[in-house]
Amino acid sequence: MCRIGSIKSTTPVSPSKALALMLPQQEGYDNSGFAMVMQDLYGIFAPYKDKPLLSLACTKEGARMVEEYMDSLGFAQLSSWTPVPDKKPGLDIVPMPFYIFRCYDYPAHYDKFEDQEALLLDTRLALRKMLTEAGEGYVYSFWPDVLTLKEIGDPHDIATYFRLWDDNGALMAKNIIVQCRQNTNYAIVRYAAHPFFLQGYTLCANGENTFTTKNSQLQKSLNRGYIGFESDSQNFLYTLHYVHHELKWPLNYYKHVITPLPFTEMEKREDKDVLLSIRESLAHLEINGPNTIIAGLPDGRMMTCCDSKKLRPIVIGRDDNMVCMSSDVVGLNYIMPDRNVALDIYPGERETIVVNNNLEVERWRQ
Amino acid sequence: METIKVQNVAVSDLPWIIQHDPSKCTLCGSCVAGCTFNAIKPVVIRQSVTISEGVQPNPVQKNEVRTVIKQVASLTDFCRGCGMCERVCPNDAIKPVLNPTPRKDLLSRDAGPIKRGGRTNLNAMHTLDKIVVGRISQMTDPSLDANRHTFDIRAPFGRVLDSKEIPVKVVDGKLKLTKKVPPVRWIYPLIFSDMSIGALSTRAWEAIALATAYLNEKCGLPIRMASGEGGMPVNLLKSDYLKYFFIQIASGHFGWNRIIKAMPYMKTDPAGVLIKIGQGAKPGDGGLLPAAKVAEHVQAIRGVPRATLSSPPNHQGLYSIEESVQKMHLSLNAAFGFRVPVAIKCAASATSVAVYNNLLRDPYKICGGFFLDGIMGGTGAANEISLDHTGHPIVSKIRDCYMAAVAQGKAGQIPLYGGGGIGLTGNAAADAFKLICLGANGVFCGRILIQLLGCIGSENGRCNSCNTGKCPVGIASQDPRLVKRLDVDRGAQKIVDYVLAFDQELKKLMAPIGNSSLPVGRSDALVATDKAIADQLGIQYAC
Repeated sequence: MCRIGSIKSTTPVSPSKALALMLPQQEGYDNSGFAMVMQDLYGIFAPYKDKPLLSLACTKEGARMVEEYMDSLGFAQLSSWTPVPDKKPGLDIVPMPFYIFRCYDYPAHYDKFEDQEALLLDTRLALRKMLTEAGEGYVYSFWPDVLTLKEIGDPHDIATYFRLWDDNGALMAKNIIVQCRQNTNYAIVRYAAHPFFLQGYTLCANGENTFTTKNSQLQKSLNRGYIGFESDSQNFLYTLHYVHHELKWPLNYYKHVITPLPFTEMEKREDKDVLLSIRESLAHLEINGPNTIIAGLPDGRMMTCCDSKKLRPIVIGRDDNMVCMSSDVVGLNYIMPDRNVALDIYPGERETIVVNNNLEVERWRQ
Repeated sequence: METIKVQNVAVSDLPWIIQHDPSKCTLCGSCVAGCTFNAIKPVVIRQSVTISEGVQPNPVQKNEVRTVIKQVASLTDFCRGCGMCERVCPNDAIKPVLNPTPRKDLLSRDAGPIKRGGRTNLNAMHTLDKIVVGRISQMTDPSLDANRHTFDIRAPFGRVLDSKEIPVKVVDGKLKLTKKVPPVRWIYPLIFSDMSIGALSTRAWEAIALATAYLNEKCGLPIRMASGEGGMPVNLLKSDYLKYFFIQIASGHFGWNRIIKAMPYMKTDPAGVLIKIGQGAKPGDGGLLPAAKVAEHVQAIRGVPRATLSSPPNHQGLYSIEESVQKMHLSLNAAFGFRVPVAIKCAASATSVAVYNNLLRDPYKICGGFFLDGIMGGTGAANEISLDHTGHPIVSKIRDCYMAAVAQGKAGQIPLYGGGGIGLTGNAAADAFKLICLGANGVFCGRILIQLLGCIGSENGRCNSCNTGKCPVGIASQDPRLVKRLDVDRGAQKIVDYVLAFDQELKKLMAPIGNSSLPVGRSDALVATDKAIADQLGIQYAC
């Protein structure tokens, strides 16, 4: 089972904080990788919060292809951060030659948000296709104020390689969603590491692959961005995106889609007609496996919820400056030792926990 | 020497041979009285016997006149192998034995094509038995506990909208429906299939209806029963129990006069309307109720005189799928104020996907279910040539229809129900589960219900005489003396017990794959032990 975690803070934190949350939990996983999505960035990308940031790992040729493609679309490069790796011997990491984190300005005539978000999605999909076909790299996210890093190896060594332990202030964010495992049930590929990202939505989930047929039989037909099947997390991200972004339903209906109420309970509800219609139409997006989800929303809110049998754990701890979610409480104890543990929340199988930008924690009953 | 009349029918030409042991027989006459087919009769024969009556052995050979039970050599009154004689004999003195080399089918076309009941005796397919549930949660994810977890075993019946078409608006953070949506009922995924009053005896139909009501009211399982063509008892139409029944309309429209007249007095809506286009056992043929079974009460319900009732092979006035949608579906939806789902039942065919596609794309979104009946379905009466030489297997056809919907992003919008051989080898739950994993929402079954009531028919030619009106167990007969053989309450109890076990068995299959709701389309849960089946269905092959 993957361990998953998140930090939402009033003050920007560095990736080392996220690693500190995850590493105490490593008895439960296999230290095979590291993946992180940072949102609401500070540090070197602070001046460009409204400009799309491209996160990718590639070869030299891949870098050239990306540059040429972005130029052809009219994206203008604003700022770039290239990690200077610590290549000391003995590190357990399988690095790519180049890591590119680059901010762009939009091409001309992309002033409307709807046009921008479509362009960013299409561009990322095109880059992914191009790099995959050429075997020259991986593109993880392309969105304003969002940075993604994924790598194969021991998370501690990966952090050393990228000098994340230095806390040099280059990469800082108020929201981080993180996971420390790369091994999957299938082949090890960089794309398979959650969190996944799509148009402002970030999601990771622990659990197992019970969703593959649902993805192929319905979900992928719902949106051009719902590509690939590297993990169930990816599919739960697409469901979140579909419910909230495409259908524009209130966020609390996500839980109704992924874990519908039993019919006997639904029957007693005033809104049973709506709930039944949702269950009928989106039966293929129901989660039946053991999964807990941590998600970040485009507006910066964070949420978590569980499968309907509560087969995977999650705990939420908080203090005045930070709310953290973690699979195991040991992670919280390590980075928030002084918090009031009586305020820790162990959500039920019918709950959605939402943390807003004022760090207020809302508990929604399904 | 007398010339042998080789054209005469001999017992050895018949499909079943009666073995009678005069040494055990007490000549009680029960077997002769109990044989509904007049296939045996008492005769007097002269016989050479050797007996010894004294204290010391003193065998004496003499000729005696004795009464024995003899099989009738007839192409009409032939033994069907039903075994009633064996059941009724106190001394095990008589039983039918399958004749490996019969000639009866060849010889008995003097009165036209052979008619019979049952299902195909050729091409018996056990595709589902070559598929196993192979995706078992083993460390990857916890399997559920079939005894402790709760399961939501329900299937939609009605037209399901695309999620983008659900008419909702947000009011105070909540979704509200802004328009009426097509009715969808969530029912148990096992439907009692359409067997009419007429094909069945009133008692048999009543037993199934009783089981339906009991399973709903006492067991909490929303089982639905289809009436079959020919209508329903008016008292039932006017009762609260109507909500458990699909009223069927078939090409003969039998019984609809009464249904329409009862409509103003209905206390509740029926569970659904099922338009029968075709039947898996005899696709291309209409219903057939031989005159022998059109008893007085059947005449009354159907509003017909005593005559063989042949329904046309198709609905008169419908020339295309579009017309079917516009005329029948719309009018039957309108009849119940668009509150009752209207579904359609077709025989599985090479054209099924085309029909399903058209229904999926119909702009009125009016079809609430697609019932596909495969070649292994049963019937009360049909031409044997239809039974044995027409039809289409159900498993790949359900899969094809489901994948056609998937390809259009419309999976699940018209619920798919598969039938025709469900429970063929006794385990309907396994068959249902596998068909659901391949894309069906649920299954329907008929034959297994009458087998639970006592039908002894089989695919290797046992009985299959539902068409004669002489059903030896009182299920497919309107003869009051035969019908009395069926104990309604015990029959209903048998069905209830089977369905309760079915429910448990379904959970036993859902638990290992970790599903608490029905795994519609979860073909990753299945593996086939036959490569051709695996390839055709798009599932893993395992050996």
